[in-house]
Amino acid sequence: MNLFTPLSWNDSGFILNGILNTIYISVVAIVIGTILGLIVGFMRVEANKVVNLFLGSALDILRSVPLIIQLILFSTYIGALGHPMDPFMAGSIILSLYTMAFMSEVFRSGFESVPNTMRTAARSLGMTYWQTVRYIRIPIGMRAVFPSWLGVALSVIKDSALVSVIGYMELLRTSEQLISRTQQPLTILLGVGLFYFIISYPLSLYGKYVERKMSI
Amino acid sequence: MIQIRGVHKSFGDLEVLKGIDLDVEKGEVVSVIGGSGSGKSTLLYCINAIEPINGGEIIVDDINVHKKNTDQNKLREKLGMVFQQWNSFPHLTVLENAALAPQVVRGLSKKDAFEIAMKELEHVGLGDKFDEYPTRMSGGQQQRLAIARALAMEPSYMLFDEVTSALDPELVGEVLDTLRLLRDDGMTMICVTHEIAFAKEVSDKVAFFHEGLIEEIGSPNEVLENPKKERTQQFLSKVLH
Repeated sequence: MNLFTPLSWNDSGFILNGILNTIYISVVAIVIGTILGLIVGFMRVEANKVVNLFLGSALDILRSVPLIIQLILFSTYIGALGHPMDPFMAGSIILSLYTMAFMSEVFRSGFESVPNTMRTAARSLGMTYWQTVRYIRIPIGMRAVFPSWLGVALSVIKDSALVSVIGYMELLRTSEQLISRTQQPLTILLGVGLFYFIISYPLSLYGKYVERKMSI
Repeated sequence: MIQIRGVHKSFGDLEVLKGIDLDVEKGEVVSVIGGSGSGKSTLLYCINAIEPINGGEIIVDDINVHKKNTDQNKLREKLGMVFQQWNSFPHLTVLENAALAPQVVRGLSKKDAFEIAMKELEHVGLGDKFDEYPTRMSGGQQQRLAIARALAMEPSYMLFDEVTSALDPELVGEVLDTLRLLRDDGMTMICVTHEIAFAKEVSDKVAFFHEGLIEEIGSPNEVLENPKKERTQQFLSKVLH
């Protein structure tokens, strides 16, 4: 009896599910990471030294500890504390926080790129502090850092593969299971690599295009 | 009217305004001249409550500008201000630049805000630039946009802070023409300026600032043609040659 069965069209649903899960968790992390990053980035520009020192250290930890370690630590300890969490939930939380740590720096430099005089001009038109934030500082600052934002978002899509280590059935884990059944690692990993490339490359080209257009 | 009474202002240890008294009547054009560091720009920032003051008071119509419970955003609706740097909002078209504050601050509908913005833009000669982005325009055009943007709030007073200083020489004329237009409309204006000839032509009153005090004030003829104070004479002889 043959233990191994080759890759076949019957596996396409399984693979598609992996692809969708990868996209799903990436989108969740990018959306939540962007929203939190915007808030934290803004706080870093506006807050006093003490708050900034605290925020800065917390972000440094998130950025400096490898994502794979954060994932394993979090999902293991949350389970050990008696609150087991499903892999999607645990993965989303850590990946979102990790994304937030990078996004907050992107947005901070975006806010810093809006000259003070621009804010004064807006205030002199009678805008309140928050109106200035909403209509002037966010739109101008965000535009300036769009290419960097896209860069972070792209790396999140690729980093989402690491969530496989805590058992989330995204594309990489899906392919690992297929490999153990089919013993066709080369074909499968090439296919998976190609998928990430097809998603990432056009987006990074687009980012370069926007950057070029903005620099004119 | 704007009443400025004994205004003191310090930045740290540096006292920039040392007791300024100045009245600006409705419809009047007052030019403020003086060397750099004399406090003339700071005074504008204090009138607009962008900078707090350390003593005295400023009253615009019947609003006491620096009193604790004064709604400074409401106050700023009365006071249009244009700066040395034009500060166009780069993410908005010319029309949107001028319509933003009427929409957001005055709460006008988009249609009404655009209507006012169009009117003011046409007034300053930018009627053919509605859909242009300001970064594609010259400094002079952007400065006229800044004037239209302030006018779209339908202010009672306009404050001009060296609005031609950052412009290339060939662009100064178009901005000064716009200021003349406002004077002819009867707008009340305070112009901090280095353009002595312009001040002579448009002003009802000229104030010469020196080290945080008004050294000399009077009609353009008095202050610019026949200055009594030695410092005024020295300053004028420097800038006119």
